[in-house]
Amino acid sequence: MEIDPIIFRLSIFILSIFIGYYVVWSVTPSLHTPLMSVTNAISSVIIVGAIIAGLAGNSDTIFNNSSIFGFLAISLAAINIFGGFLVTQRMLAMYKKKKRK
Amino acid sequence: MLSANLSGIFYLISGVLFILALRGLSSPETSRQGNFFGVLGMTIAIVVTFLSIGNFSNGFLVVLIFLLMGGLIGAFIAYKIPMTAMPELVAGFHSLVGLAAVFVAIAAFLNPEAFNLGSPGNIKLVSLIEMSIGAAVGAITFSGSIIAFLKLQGLMSGNPITFKGQHPLNALIIISIIVTIYLLCSTQSSNLFWVLLAISFLIGFLLIIPIGGADMPVVISMLNSYSGWAAAGIGFTLENTALIITGALVGSSGAILSYIMCKGMNRSFFNVILGGFGTTEQSALAKNKEKRPVKSGNADDAAFLMKNASSVVIVPGYGMAVAQAQHALREMVDTLKKNDIKVSYAIHPVAGRMPGHMNVLLAEANVPYDEVFELEEINNEFANADVAFVIGANDVTNPVAKTDPQSPIYGMPVLDVEKCKSVLFVKRSLSPGYAGIDNDLFYKENTLMLFADAKKMTEDITKNL
Repeated sequence: MEIDPIIFRLSIFILSIFIGYYVVWSVTPSLHTPLMSVTNAISSVIIVGAIIAGLAGNSDTIFNNSSIFGFLAISLAAINIFGGFLVTQRMLAMYKKKKRK
Repeated sequence: MLSANLSGIFYLISGVLFILALRGLSSPETSRQGNFFGVLGMTIAIVVTFLSIGNFSNGFLVVLIFLLMGGLIGAFIAYKIPMTAMPELVAGFHSLVGLAAVFVAIAAFLNPEAFNLGSPGNIKLVSLIEMSIGAAVGAITFSGSIIAFLKLQGLMSGNPITFKGQHPLNALIIISIIVTIYLLCSTQSSNLFWVLLAISFLIGFLLIIPIGGADMPVVISMLNSYSGWAAAGIGFTLENTALIITGALVGSSGAILSYIMCKGMNRSFFNVILGGFGTTEQSALAKNKEKRPVKSGNADDAAFLMKNASSVVIVPGYGMAVAQAQHALREMVDTLKKNDIKVSYAIHPVAGRMPGHMNVLLAEANVPYDEVFELEEINNEFANADVAFVIGANDVTNPVAKTDPQSPIYGMPVLDVEKCKSVLFVKRSLSPGYAGIDNDLFYKENTLMLFADAKKMTEDITKNL
């Protein structure tokens, strides 16, 4: 009997939850706001699905009722990706140590 | 065109880079590098997707146009947004992740062939389950975040909105979501798919309206978590490792932040979610209390106290963000430091409207992060400090949390501000804080109330120093 590939994906998922658990506990509390904005940016990797949907409908027409949702999702995710990473960078640039005298 | 195996490996690499991006945030020094890993991981994921589809016709151009359009809007927002508006921004971004997840799920439902999921009306059962869970959670994230955004932005009252039968209604809707998913999977009817989306939008809205403004740290973290689970759900549908890893990371990250925030208020997660905190009996209780005498002073008195101190601890809260007083505060501290007075900042976990809110504002005002301490690190210092300067915080300093078991905030970890030799409390009036209870600190022997706008008072003190 072969193992269904979904079991492998489930394993990745469960193990990633554990990785997330330990990694996030080690984040220093003063960086919790950048943590939220960066998790925001990376969860927009959902753009991958949006691109597949957007490129799917072009045998006859570029725009059909499925690809249009893909295109919209691409824009939304792109706002998040650019906005999320850039605002995180802007915040992190402000965290400075005391100047040594 | 990339083979499925090769692109799978690249998606794995980008998933690992996302893990490193979060890992970098363990200290400010490594955080910038972490952010770079995040950008790299995202770039790899997008490029690999293009290569694996291998379709560079007109559709590709349209994709690029939509990508750039979104990118420009995002970049514009990122540069323009003031740091005080961070909570709204994050809530807004969450709503976009949720909506994007919904749109991808719709696209996959309408055109399952493109994703190798079967054909319309005959979608693989597992994929359909994953898809509907992703879509439902995405929809809840979207409408919930919109409400959170409106409340934070002040476009909607921060007061909890409660009505009779609210909880049974919510329970009913959640059950009907599960029933709809079940029916959808057995009938493959597209009508049920739209019904599922509609009731999920509705429940997201209903879940957030009863939660009050100061509980927003929990709500934002919770929605952060939801956006992750929605992404993971879609990741299962698309069989995409990067998306599954990221979804799990973000989901657990948000869950941990919600836990930290709840612990900071000594409330259970369900207590916060059910909402309507401190609105009924407590306000009546406050009225019954007779007026107790308070000492109030002006900027001159405050400056005098600080000048004669050798160490000062600053306790900022949401009021500082509202008054935009962080820059004025840092100027005051600079003057104090010139007089060889030791200054540190004490941050309560739930100060402000989102996790780490105060830290970002202080960083923006050029306060070095090694002068800023968390509750556990600094709470013992108050006994040795001469002056505590409370600016815009209230409930998190209330000693009642330690002394009065009747109080709704009893057991909540608070900053031991009252142990300082003297306390300067900047506040507009004696009105109670979010929890609706009187702060005992106002009436302490060693407390001097400074009734004024936080920014103006801080500037006046600096002039008098």
